[in-house]
Amino acid sequence: MKKTYKIEVDCAACALKMEEAAKKVEGVEEAVVSFMTQKMKVEFAEGSDERAVMERVAKACKKVESDCEIFL
Amino acid sequence: MTKKQKRVLYRILIAFFLLAALHFAPVTGWARLILYLVPYLVIGYDILRKAALGIIHREIFDENFLMAVATVGAILLGEYVEGAAVMLFYQVGELFQSVAVGRSRRNISALMDIRPDSANVEDEQGNLIQVDPDDVEIGTVIVVQPGEKVPIDGVVVAGHSTLNTSALTGESVPRSVGEADDIISGCVNLTGLLKIRTTREFGESTVSKILDLVENSSMKKSPTENFITRFAKYYTPAVCFGALAVAVLPPVLNLLLGNPAAWGIWVIRALTFLVISCPCALVVSIPLSFFGGIGAASANGILVKGSNYLEALSETKYMVFDKTGTLTRGVFQVTKVQPSDNYPAPEAGAQAQRLQRDGLLYDAACAESYSSHPISKSLQEACVRTVDRSLVTDVEEIGGQGVTALVDGVRVAAGNGKLMRTLGVSCREPEEAGTVVHVARDSVYCGYILISDVEKEQSAEAIAALKAAGVKSTVMLTGDSRAVAEYTAGRLGLDQVYGELLPADKVERVEALLAQKKGKEKLAFVGDGINDAPVLSRADIGIAMGALGSDAAIEAADIVLMDDNPMKIALAMGISRKCLRIVRENIVFALGVKFVCLILGAMGVANMWMAIFADVGVMVLAVLNAVRCLSVRKDG
Repeated sequence: MKKTYKIEVDCAACALKMEEAAKKVEGVEEAVVSFMTQKMKVEFAEGSDERAVMERVAKACKKVESDCEIFL
Repeated sequence: MTKKQKRVLYRILIAFFLLAALHFAPVTGWARLILYLVPYLVIGYDILRKAALGIIHREIFDENFLMAVATVGAILLGEYVEGAAVMLFYQVGELFQSVAVGRSRRNISALMDIRPDSANVEDEQGNLIQVDPDDVEIGTVIVVQPGEKVPIDGVVVAGHSTLNTSALTGESVPRSVGEADDIISGCVNLTGLLKIRTTREFGESTVSKILDLVENSSMKKSPTENFITRFAKYYTPAVCFGALAVAVLPPVLNLLLGNPAAWGIWVIRALTFLVISCPCALVVSIPLSFFGGIGAASANGILVKGSNYLEALSETKYMVFDKTGTLTRGVFQVTKVQPSDNYPAPEAGAQAQRLQRDGLLYDAACAESYSSHPISKSLQEACVRTVDRSLVTDVEEIGGQGVTALVDGVRVAAGNGKLMRTLGVSCREPEEAGTVVHVARDSVYCGYILISDVEKEQSAEAIAALKAAGVKSTVMLTGDSRAVAEYTAGRLGLDQVYGELLPADKVERVEALLAQKKGKEKLAFVGDGINDAPVLSRADIGIAMGALGSDAAIEAADIVLMDDNPMKIALAMGISRKCLRIVRENIVFALGVKFVCLILGAMGVANMWMAIFADVGVMVLAVLNAVRCLSVRKDG
C-alpha cells in the first residue's frame, strides 16, 4: 500500500531529515521525501492503519523540522 | 516570491539598515551590545529557535545549530558586527536558494504541464458542458475544440484536425487525424473540432500515466544523491568536533608549553571554521541538478523514471539495440526490382527498363493478390498500376515457396528460389539481404524483387552520436536472418550483431554481455517495447521507444522515448552526461572550496567574512550551476 502526500518544506537538508524520521515511524515500510516536487511517498506496512500512521509521521517530522507541513 | 520569502526579505532589509546605522552610532559598552542584539535577533530569531528545538529533540548538528553556535560565540567574544553579519548573509543565501529552487521547480513543472483540467461533454440539447475528466465514463463522446488539450484517450468519431504532440514527444511536426483514428490524451488540438469516443478512463489514459511517472521520478534517488545524504550525516558532527578541537587543543598545548593560552583567538578561529563548514551547497544543488535533468529530458519527449537511471545512463558503455522497430521502421518495403533480360520489353531504350520494372512488379503483385502475407501487401503498395483481381485466375499457393497464378493468360510464378527449382527454372540468388521474390513467366525466369525492412533515417547518425558520447560497444540483436542482420549492422556502423535469435535468446545474449562489462560500466537495451519486456527489465537500463500509446512499454522500461526517433537516445545520453558533469563539478567545487577555507580558517588566515563567502557564495554558485541542467540544445 503506497500513498503520496503533498508536503511543504523549505530546505533540502530538512527534507532529508523528514525522510529519516518518517522511516523510523512504526507502520511505515518505506518513505521517500522529494524536496523538488514537495511530495512524500509512504509505503505502509501490511495491516497498518494509514491515518494513524500518518499522524505519527507528521508528529515525528515536526520534531526534527519544526517548519514542515504534511497535508493529509 | 511566496509570503514566507517576502517576510524573510523584509527582515533582511531591516537588519541591514539597522546594522548600517549602528556602524555610525557612537555607543560603547553594554549599550552597544544591546543595540546590536536588535538586528541580530530580527534576522536570526528563527534560526536560534530551531537550533534550540533541535537540541531539545536531540537532533543537534544541523546547519541551524552551526549558525547559532558561531554567531552567539562571536557576540560573546565582542565581535558584534561579525555575529550579526554572518546571520544576515546566511539568511540572504537561504532566501536566494529558496527563490532559485522555487523558480526552477515552477519552470520544470511548466515543461511537464500536460494535465487537462476538464473535458467537454454534449448533453441532450447539444450544449457543451465542462466536466471533470475523472467523471467521464468509457464510451462517452467528448468534444475537443481547437486549442484544447485532448483529455482522455479515444477514437475520433467525427471531424478532421491536426494535433500538436510536442508536449508528449518534443516533436514539433503536427500530426493529422481523421475519423476512426486513435487519439492520445495530452496532444493539443490545433485546427478543427473533434468528437472523440473515449476508450479509457482518465486515470488509465496516456496523459495520467505519463504525469504519474514524471512526478514519481524524483522519488528514485541516484547513488550520488544517496551518497550526499550519508555524507551529510557524518560531515556535520565531524566538523563540529573539528571546531571543538581547534578551540581547545592549541590553547591547551600553549599552556603546557608555558605560553599564554590565547583562548580568544582560537575560539574565534573555531567559530569561523563552523561557519565555513555548512553543507548546504551540496545538499541543495545535487537534487536540483537531477530534477533539472529529468525535466529537460521530459520536455524533449524522454521520460526518465528516476535520477538513478539518469545517472546510470551517463555511465552506459554498452548499448544493445533490437533491430525491427528500433533501428529499422519495421515496415517491409520493396527496395529493389531487377528484371532479367528475358522480360518481354514492349519498347527499346531507357523507357524499356522502367516498363520492365513496372511489369515485373505488376506480375508479382497480381500473382500474390489473393495472399494475406505481408510480402503481398508490400508488393501491392509498390505497384504503380492497380491490380485487377478479375484477371487473376487459377491461383495455387505452394506453402513455404510462393504462388503460381494465371495472370491475363500468362502463368506467372512468384516465390523463393525453391519455387523456381520446383518449376525447373534456373535462377541466381542475389547478394543483397532481404526477402527475395523471384518471378517467372511461363517458366521463363524474368527477374527478382527485393523486399526488406527499411532503416530509419536517423539510425546511422544516432549510432555515430552515441559512440561520440562514449559508448564503447553497440550491439544489435534480431530475430531476422544472419544475412539481413549483418547487412543492416554494416550499413549502420554497429560493432556486434547477433541474428536468428528467439526472444529467449535475446535475454541470454544480454546476460552474456552483462557478464562481460567491468566495474561501473552500464548496459542499456533499446527496444520498441513489443515482446522485449524481459530484456528491458534484465538490462541495467531498459529504454523503450515509440511508446506513445503503448502501455506495456511505459511499464517495462526505465527510460521511455515518446516517439521512435533513435536520435533521442543520443539526446537522452547527452542530457544525462551534462547533468552528471554538473553534479560532479558541484561536488568538487563545493568540497574543494570548503576544504581550503577550513584549513585557512583553522590557521587564522581566513576571517569571518571569508567564511561567509565560503558558505553562501559557494551555495549560490552551485545552485546557479545546477540550474544549467534545465537547458538543452534543441539541435542535439
